[in-house]
Amino acid sequence: MTSAVTVRGLSKAYGRLHAVRDLDLEVGFGEIFAILGPNGAGKSTTIEILEGHRKRDAGQVRVLGEDPGTAGRSWRARIGIVLQETSDFGMLTVLETVRMFAKCYGDARVPEELLELVGLASSSGSKVRTLSGGQRRRLDVALGIIAEPELLFLDEPTTGFDPEARRQFWDLIRLLAGDGTTILLTTHYLEEAAALADRVAVIAGGRLAAVDSPARLTAHVNSAATVRWMEGDECHVEQTPHPTELIRQRSTEGAELAQLTVTRPTLEDAYLHLVGLV
Amino acid sequence: MAIESAENASRPRRRADDSGSALPSAVRIGWSRVVPELKMFYRRPEQLALTFSMPAVICLLLGSIFSAKLPGTETSTGAVIAASMLAYGILSTSFINLGISIAADRETGALRRLRGTPATASSYFIGKIMLVAIASLAEAIILLLVGVLVFRLDLPTEVFGWFTLTWVFILGIISCSLLGIFVSNFAGNAVSAAVITNGPAVGLQFLSGTYVPLMVLPTWMLIAGSIFPVKWMAQGFRSVLLPAQMVLFEPAGSWEHWRTFLVLAAWSIGGLTACLYVFRWSDRS
Repeated sequence: MTSAVTVRGLSKAYGRLHAVRDLDLEVGFGEIFAILGPNGAGKSTTIEILEGHRKRDAGQVRVLGEDPGTAGRSWRARIGIVLQETSDFGMLTVLETVRMFAKCYGDARVPEELLELVGLASSSGSKVRTLSGGQRRRLDVALGIIAEPELLFLDEPTTGFDPEARRQFWDLIRLLAGDGTTILLTTHYLEEAAALADRVAVIAGGRLAAVDSPARLTAHVNSAATVRWMEGDECHVEQTPHPTELIRQRSTEGAELAQLTVTRPTLEDAYLHLVGLV
Repeated sequence: MAIESAENASRPRRRADDSGSALPSAVRIGWSRVVPELKMFYRRPEQLALTFSMPAVICLLLGSIFSAKLPGTETSTGAVIAASMLAYGILSTSFINLGISIAADRETGALRRLRGTPATASSYFIGKIMLVAIASLAEAIILLLVGVLVFRLDLPTEVFGWFTLTWVFILGIISCSLLGIFVSNFAGNAVSAAVITNGPAVGLQFLSGTYVPLMVLPTWMLIAGSIFPVKWMAQGFRSVLLPAQMVLFEPAGSWEHWRTFLVLAAWSIGGLTACLYVFRWSDRS
């Protein structure tokens, strides 16, 4: 077993809608791997097939060496799943919910320590339905990592978060990844993929558009930098693979280039290009 | 933190494949779910009030309307209804309760989340079945209290009577629970589950002798009611809670214990088969 996740030729259709078409993926152990794509691209269908929550129409899938469609209880003890949207166990307290799920495993974290880890210790006595969106998601993660999984699935974990909550959540994910947990997440936020992932798979229309590190994905599309400055009232914009040289030439007489900026293409540019919007 | 690629990721965690050997059994996981299930049930006061008060209130209302004694007996029609009403109580705590709560667990994602853990379907159902058993017992005690105090029902004085009461109660719970689980598969959400459980439940009360005594029903209603378990449960309860002479007012002229047993057992086996065949963890395929 060389990879945590191996997918070959995965396809899934709902009636006439082809949600996933001939998809190949490879996720290494210890990686943070993001599946990035617009809504309806097939991200959730893919991750749900990998979690064993959905049947596939065609293709080979191996998750921790087993086929999720037939894998048993011991396999489920080795994975952790954070589902997309849930509203369950509203009438239990946070601690009661965690305790209940801890009983499903032979070897689970101590509930109180787990809540400390995800930053919910102060809410442990609150009813789950009274939690904010961010707190609820932390509980979801707590339940996902309760048995220290080798592989954690996160399906759109920060949808609807404010920027601060999102950054705190990212720190939590990095903390888990630091322990060697393999993390596979879906997101439609570019900055999330760029901030967290070792590698990003861009999916559009159910097909794999590209897969690489965020940096190389960006470089792949366009290596030119954009240089902008003002001369009088005129705004100059030039694209060049050698921005340093360009600036040196322009300021030979020691002239200051007003409002000078040099920008590299962002992951967003790469992404928009890959999903065919540019 | 754009790490270049996976090769240099630190300390990937792998575990030996025998980690599953330490998993608790499905039954043990099931038992650990009983208390949480009970908490989720009693922390919804409106649901609690409806489940426990409806049969008792209807019993009191109908009993007050039909207060006249049956000819040649010391027993009122109200008492006949009160004895039969136990069947409605069990239907309410098993069929309706499970039909709605399982549909809700599917709607909220609780079932899908559980599916992602080493818990099995049997773990889930052990929790639900214990919830139903405890709620049904509480319901039975409430209705027996109403029956004994208000309608002067007699609790069984012999072992055989308690034996009959017990098996009718247990088989009734099992068959109605399985029907509730079965029906939950056809509900898209908790609201539609409430409709498709309460609707048939009310209809069955009229066909099964819990709202109206069987002796006034037209034949076609008797036949229709005889197909379903409620009529047989109610008949079983009447056989032990009413004076022996009341058997004369039964349409069959007998308590038909064997037939009651066979019908309830058949519904239990059929229900189990159907549930194993159609049970869905989630609303996804």
